[in-house]
Amino acid sequence: MFDSNQEVLKVRGLTKTYRSGSRPLTVLDDVGFTIMGGDTCAIVGPSGSGKTTLLGLCAGLDSPSAGSVTLCSHPFGSLTEDERAEVRNEHVGFVFQSFRLIPTLTAIENVMVPAELQGRYDVREEAATLLRDVGLGDRYDHFPSQLSGGEQQRVALARAFINKPDILFADEPTGNLDAETGEQVVELLFKLNEDAGTTLVLVTHDLDLANMTDRVIRLRGGRIVSDAPGSRSGGFAAESLTENVAGV
Amino acid sequence: MKQWIWRFAARDTRGNRARLALFVASMVLGVAALVSINSFGDNLRAAIDEEAKTLLGADLSIESGNPFNERTEAVIDSLGGTQSRRTSFASMAYFPRTGDSRLVTVRGNEPGFPFYGAVETDPPEAAENYLRNGGALIDGTLMQQFGVAVGDSMRIGSVSYKVEGRLLQTPRESAAVMLFSPRVYVPLGRVDSALLAVGSRADYEVYFRFKDNRDADAAIDPLRAELREYRVGADTIEEERENWDEALTNLYRFLGLVGFTALLLGSLGVASSISVYVRQRVQTIAVLRVYGASIGSTVWVYVLQATAMGLFGAALGSGIGIGIQTIIPRILADFLPVDVAFSISWGAVLMGSGIGLGVTLLFALLPLLSLRNVSPLSALRSNVESGTRQRSVGWWLTVAVIGLGTTGFAVAQAPTIGMGVGYAGGIFVVFMALAATARLLMWALVRRPPKGVSYTVKQGIANLHRPNNQTLTMMLALGLGTFLVTTMLISEHTLVNQITFAGAGESPNLIFYDIQPDQVEPVKATIVQEGLPIMSEVPIVTMRIHAVKGRTVESLREDSTARATWAHRREYRSTFRDQLTDSETLVAGEFQGTFGGSGPVPISIEQDVATELEVVEGDEVIWDIQGIRLASVVTSIREVDWRRMQTNFFVVFPDGSLDRAPAQYVMMTRTDNEEASAAVQSAIVRSQPNVSSIDISLVLGVFDAIFSRIAFVARFMALFSILTGLIVLAGAVFISRFQRIEESVLLKTLGASRSTVLRIMSVEYLVLGVVASLTGIVLALAAGWSISIFVFDSTLSIPAMQILYIMATVVGLTVLIGHLNSRGVYDRSALEVLRSEV
Ligand SMILES: Nc1ncnc2c1ncn2[C@@H]1O[C@H](COP(=O)(O)OP(=O)(O)O)[C@@H](O)[C@H]1O
Ligand SMILES: [Mg+2]
Repeated sequence: MFDSNQEVLKVRGLTKTYRSGSRPLTVLDDVGFTIMGGDTCAIVGPSGSGKTTLLGLCAGLDSPSAGSVTLCSHPFGSLTEDERAEVRNEHVGFVFQSFRLIPTLTAIENVMVPAELQGRYDVREEAATLLRDVGLGDRYDHFPSQLSGGEQQRVALARAFINKPDILFADEPTGNLDAETGEQVVELLFKLNEDAGTTLVLVTHDLDLANMTDRVIRLRGGRIVSDAPGSRSGGFAAESLTENVAGV
Repeated sequence: MKQWIWRFAARDTRGNRARLALFVASMVLGVAALVSINSFGDNLRAAIDEEAKTLLGADLSIESGNPFNERTEAVIDSLGGTQSRRTSFASMAYFPRTGDSRLVTVRGNEPGFPFYGAVETDPPEAAENYLRNGGALIDGTLMQQFGVAVGDSMRIGSVSYKVEGRLLQTPRESAAVMLFSPRVYVPLGRVDSALLAVGSRADYEVYFRFKDNRDADAAIDPLRAELREYRVGADTIEEERENWDEALTNLYRFLGLVGFTALLLGSLGVASSISVYVRQRVQTIAVLRVYGASIGSTVWVYVLQATAMGLFGAALGSGIGIGIQTIIPRILADFLPVDVAFSISWGAVLMGSGIGLGVTLLFALLPLLSLRNVSPLSALRSNVESGTRQRSVGWWLTVAVIGLGTTGFAVAQAPTIGMGVGYAGGIFVVFMALAATARLLMWALVRRPPKGVSYTVKQGIANLHRPNNQTLTMMLALGLGTFLVTTMLISEHTLVNQITFAGAGESPNLIFYDIQPDQVEPVKATIVQEGLPIMSEVPIVTMRIHAVKGRTVESLREDSTARATWAHRREYRSTFRDQLTDSETLVAGEFQGTFGGSGPVPISIEQDVATELEVVEGDEVIWDIQGIRLASVVTSIREVDWRRMQTNFFVVFPDGSLDRAPAQYVMMTRTDNEEASAAVQSAIVRSQPNVSSIDISLVLGVFDAIFSRIAFVARFMALFSILTGLIVLAGAVFISRFQRIEESVLLKTLGASRSTVLRIMSVEYLVLGVVASLTGIVLALAAGWSISIFVFDSTLSIPAMQILYIMATVVGLTVLIGHLNSRGVYDRSALEVLRSEV
């Protein structure tokens, strides 16, 4: 486990340019930051500002046009796609806006997937415990189509924690949920996170959610416009956050 | 391989079983076709090996088209063993009770033959009795045609026989033989020797049985060269076995090739259902990749699933194939010389299912390879383009393996390399043409959507090129089916038409031949007496080629670097006359109608023969006319329309050149009804028993019988492809069901009525059915045209009404399947659609 003296995620000069048609589109422009072990960090910004792109690059799902990402001491620049996948398997949990459960697997099987990918097959008990922790103790054998959105996202949370990741990426985890359900999911997210001491990087529109983190990175037009401590750490101005999240 | 791949592959099939069942259904019939035909083939070969002796009926046979000369008789004598002779020739059989007569194949037999196997008759004792009592055995066709009963009398030449029984099975002959010419067995000693006079054609055979277990091949091989000089052939059990083996292997292999088409079509169905399947697994794969699965292992998951389905399909197909195998002997019964017992050939099962599995997996690999391009980013964003649209090296490699494999299999399976390559090429052209038409259609619809049509039509047509459309697959399934059915129909029609054309109008329809010079006047008189016209009277002189352009045929044969073709070796039946007939067209030189008497004789040669002999105008050909040499020079080359029911000739001599050669005459007349035809034939067979006659309507009937049997076998094999086409079609329609439900819910929300939704679908399937069947028909016309030109040497004739009927059926079927699939689609609720993920 990475502690607060260790760099879990180091991003330097990250630039992503899409070549759509004839004119290039720079989506991320020279982004850099470092996240230490156990930190919780929110990335906020208006729609289209490059949040998801940044998250994808941090997790090694895509390659940057320039700059570097080092995740848990693995410099992605020198790794192949399969090697990056191995790094993710060992160190990373992921929560998506639209849940992304595998429709052909039951709830418990979905939770077991990351462990089985690691070669650990005897994890039914572990997965069952996690499902109980997220309040789905009676839904092990239900298929995603038999679960509501909030329930699906809770299964996704259990899945994200099965490998005890060093870092959890969450892309608008409440984006597809109503306010009340979203709140429950957030509560669970932070609870699980705290219990496991996982580093958390989440992308959100949600004011309350951003308020719960130690640090807020604001993006606009692909550039970091501010990188400040969040309200949880004390010195945070709520007004400026409103302004940023509203995308003005 | 990592354990999770197996686990995941197994779990992931849940909820997709219907889709995977389609995969299996598409390939099942192709495998069944291969297994049934090849397993039957193995049975057949075993039966031939086992009954090799009864195929020849003896250890050795020696045969010639002429009576054996002294030297040959000496050889026969020296070979010893038990001998039995047989002489076969064509002659008229006359039935006094009814006054009917018909051309038959007479076989004069001696006791003994067949030494192995038996002549089976009804009643059984007749097989012995006819030899003892001097009676006759005749084919069932004759009995049926003339209502002949056992005990009736029959006359051949000037000899009368009592019919002792009906021939059921005989050595060396399959049932189809009797369709060409019914057989009559009589004792050799009672054959009218006048019928075997010089110049008439007959086959002379001696059958041997060696009690001392002598090796017949070793005994005859040193003598072959000498016998060949006298045009005497020899045949041993081993050779006979090889001949049958080769002929029948060609037959069932060819049928296997037809069955292979079903496999290819089914594989396309597999590829298309897999391609839709994997497109729907993109999110799943992206999630796996986010959580650390390697690119290769995600591909393996689906390769495993495909393999499992392929194995299941191969097993099921083999089972069905074994079931079908039991009915194949019945379908081929007329072409088989032996009874084929049923047993399962595991080699054939292994081969059929192996090829089935291999081919379908290769096709499945095409869409599966694109899984490599799935980006884990798709888990974050649904609309990520998964990689490039460029084909990978692996994709091209797979396509190359499929192409080479198909061609290789076709070449290995087909009777000749040319046929194999032609088959593979033909299949390729048909598939490509159908695919190109589908692409073109979609392209045109995108570029230029129809204007000024109703909303339903516009919407229906738009459906053909919506994302994930099945237009291409449906085009292939429908088009190929239409193509096969129409090609068969056109070939059949062209053939039948060619024959009926021959007997139509005012052309002659009754032919008398083997008329000796002194019989010309009496025969003429009888025909005229019956009130019929003499439409032509043609002399025929039998001859062989002695030398071409200074080289004897003998030396050509011995020279392995030279080419001695059928045209060098055959017996020519030539004529002489002073002008061309209306079925002949001069293509080179000038026809010389008369011969002055000095120098080489100017002759006219048919163009195909000229090509084979490699002769042009001015080249010299020396003929051997029953032992006498005659020098000639080619002065003209003719094209002959062989379809005309006339006496057509390869070589025409001028008047005055063959005066002293032994000639026979052919006369032709026309009768308008069967009675008149029977009357004149009977009149002539009574007065001139050696003169043979043939009625064109009989030829037509025989032809029809043979062709309908062949067509039946061809249809049976094509059935596999047509049924596979229907399965693939139904599958393609089924695959798009979810999209249809989505659309229909959307349309319903927008206020469309049930009938509007149904009309939109009807338009879509109607357009598809019409375009696909039209394409199939156009391709079939092209194929039919080349078959009629290159195979039947005839002109294309198009059964327009039947083709329209096929088209209507195909279109109707398409719309029907579409509607069956869309039952209940309109009644789905919006909620159901939103929640469903499949
Ligand atoms: N594959 C792509 N090709 C071209 N442009 C893209 C691609 N993916 C994302 N973009 C663009 O990048 C920008 C940032 O997108 P994204 O990272 O999703 O923003 P956010 O998550 O902050 O809403 C958007 O303008 C989007 O249109
Ligand atoms: Mg986003």
